[in-house]
Amino acid sequence: MPLSLMEGNEAIAWGAVNSGCRFYAGYPITPATTIFNTMLKLLPPMGGICIQGEDEIASIGSCLGASMAGLKVMTATSGPGLSLYSEHISFALGSEIPIVIVVIQRLGPSTGSATRGADGDIQFMRWGSSGGLPVIVLAPVDINDCFFLTMHAFNLAEEFRCPVFIASNKEIAMTKESIDMDAIPRPKLKERAAPPPGKSFLPFEIGSDRMTPDFLPIGDEVLVRQTSSTHGPDGYITTDFDQIGKNQERLRKKIVSAVDRFSFCEAYMEDDADTLVITYGVTARAAKEAFMEQKGEGKPVSLLVLKTIWPVPENLIKEKAKSFKHVVVVEMNLGQYVREIQRILPDKKVHFFGQMNGKLITPHQIKEAIANV
Amino acid sequence: MSNLLNKSRPLVFCPGCSHERIARILDKSFQNMGLNGNQIVMVSDIGCSGLFDTFFNTHAMHGLHGRALTYATGLKLARPELNVVVTMGDGGMGIGGAHILSACRRNLDLTLLVLNNFNFGMTGGQFSATTPSEAQVGSGFLNRIERPIDVCEVACSAGATYVTRCSAYRKDLAEEIERAIRHEGFSVLDIWGVCTGRYSKQNKLTPQTIDETLSALPPREGVVENNARKEYGRFYREVAESQKPTPPPAKIEKKFDPPESIRQEVIILGDAGQRIITAGDILCFAGLTAGLKVTQKNEYNITVLRGPSISEVILSPEDIGFNGIYRPAAIVAIGQEGVDRRANLFEHLDKDALIILAKGVEVPSSNATVHLVDFKKQGIKTHDRALSSLSVMAKLNKVINLKMLQSALEARFKEPVLTSALGLVDRVDIA
Repeated sequence: MPLSLMEGNEAIAWGAVNSGCRFYAGYPITPATTIFNTMLKLLPPMGGICIQGEDEIASIGSCLGASMAGLKVMTATSGPGLSLYSEHISFALGSEIPIVIVVIQRLGPSTGSATRGADGDIQFMRWGSSGGLPVIVLAPVDINDCFFLTMHAFNLAEEFRCPVFIASNKEIAMTKESIDMDAIPRPKLKERAAPPPGKSFLPFEIGSDRMTPDFLPIGDEVLVRQTSSTHGPDGYITTDFDQIGKNQERLRKKIVSAVDRFSFCEAYMEDDADTLVITYGVTARAAKEAFMEQKGEGKPVSLLVLKTIWPVPENLIKEKAKSFKHVVVVEMNLGQYVREIQRILPDKKVHFFGQMNGKLITPHQIKEAIANV
Repeated sequence: MSNLLNKSRPLVFCPGCSHERIARILDKSFQNMGLNGNQIVMVSDIGCSGLFDTFFNTHAMHGLHGRALTYATGLKLARPELNVVVTMGDGGMGIGGAHILSACRRNLDLTLLVLNNFNFGMTGGQFSATTPSEAQVGSGFLNRIERPIDVCEVACSAGATYVTRCSAYRKDLAEEIERAIRHEGFSVLDIWGVCTGRYSKQNKLTPQTIDETLSALPPREGVVENNARKEYGRFYREVAESQKPTPPPAKIEKKFDPPESIRQEVIILGDAGQRIITAGDILCFAGLTAGLKVTQKNEYNITVLRGPSISEVILSPEDIGFNGIYRPAAIVAIGQEGVDRRANLFEHLDKDALIILAKGVEVPSSNATVHLVDFKKQGIKTHDRALSSLSVMAKLNKVINLKMLQSALEARFKEPVLTSALGLVDRVDIA
């Protein structure tokens, strides 16, 4: 099994082009820049487009334009850029524009530390847009996930016509690892659905058995309207409260109701354990070692590594947690996702261990947190 | 040619608003050009100018305040055949200033109509980036203590290839808009008009006063000769076509057995300019030649030519989970700044850990075995010491062997660098 060497960020770029991504726009920011660098090498020779926006707002804005013209698009940034993406994330959510947004988290708040890892933007991705509609967020653990989950992110963006986030971390993004790209299972590529030939088209009309409108690109034969305003099926402003309310509910439901189909995770279950560790992202690597050591020491715990963060895979978590008395949530922040776990597991003792100092949480720290239960 | 105005969406501007006049004239321009609706995309943002997309039977994209040019950029790059017409008010022009500058610099074939009526009509007549200092507007005294910008001068200095300043009441506006659309490159029309709902209630602004003011300004009309150059999209595609495809990253076959088939951690501590990161890379490749899994993390200051430079490499026959360094098998210490940054590493070192220490660098005392190398005496320059240390490591059969290292160099470098790197590795004396 011959191996290659690359950064997590490079694997995201390769995952993107293998998903059919043909437009990338980004603004330089450590630790996301190497995605831009790689896309700039990959896309132009294959007829795609990679540009450097004048800022993050322009970068994601031009992605939205290109997506409406029919291309699969991606942008990447870190916390300070995610702040600037906000208005266009709302646009993509409310107006159902497919886009993959990679967030390479670094230590915040604000400009924080450019080269220190963190998972401090987990709730920000979920709630950092006006209107509060749900988003999809996938979190890689290692370089294989960077490739694999990026391909799934494109599929989800196409299928649900929505922004899909990759929540990576400096510690994955700028770490080089051995990888066998050919050995990573690749999903069948999905494309946004066009209306059946001959059927009349309205840009936001929902078929009776559907949750997502059909898509036609701006620039083809049939006229297409796209708008950030509250709109009806025809893409014009509507003031019909009933229509508005139903549409908002559909935008929520189309994402939330489907999460069981894309609840990516790794679960390591031990029969004799009374504690379940739940974590995500780079911290899962330390947690897996802690899991192995606990097992070797005859003090087994179980471990659930979430790779779909939003919508919260509630059924998955409830199912995996049902036989445990204690749940330990470990994350590289001061306590963000633990709120979700507490919310959906009100009958469990939910403990938290977090760290936000730019250092990786170690297996030893996780074992201590387990011992303190 | 048929009228592209949307019959089911009649114009809804305040009586006397010049936007209405511009909408009708724009439609006339489209008709004169013989364009169908599906050859055009109207891109707009917020404010009264943001209603334009709804009035036309064309493709349309309406978004956030000041950002219309960003969507237009994506649309045009993806669909070069489309006529992309952007409407923006003086408000959107102000908030989207960075996008205007950038569009001027790029020269992508977009047509920007700035519907300049000197205030924010929709939100209550507040001052915009073009409101004269002496005007009475909805922002109290604030406009009196700032000065307005001239978007045409800004556009010209930013490199726009077509710039016209004109009145909404100009007789040949339809022809001028057509010229702007036909211009292959970014064109800006600064179209002065009257906001009857707000601005002209308190300020004297009529077609006549607009003409008088315009005639006192240096004219801006059409192609800016000094800025003439290739259109961005065409230029982009030309250059892109000549770019060589990037092959997938090299795959390294297992050819050798490593000295020890266990997880081994190495830290290379040096200074900027010592090619520390490259050495980390080479060490990873050496691991791959023995079929090992590898990870590499680097640390350096943002001023890349100064300060410590550190590479942490893990080689392991198993998948590497946590990739922090616990118990390094080897430490390469060739630069004082790198050593100082990780000074607290040394007190925990095992007895069988090996420190390859360049003479002249000081390390804290530890249990580890120190192997001193006098690089200076061997005539090895400071930027060659990281690779030379790997050679020492290989010759001591620690973590890697010489075959792994040589094979890594073959995978990592092309000639003539390869020969010189192999020569260096060969030449280094372990003492």
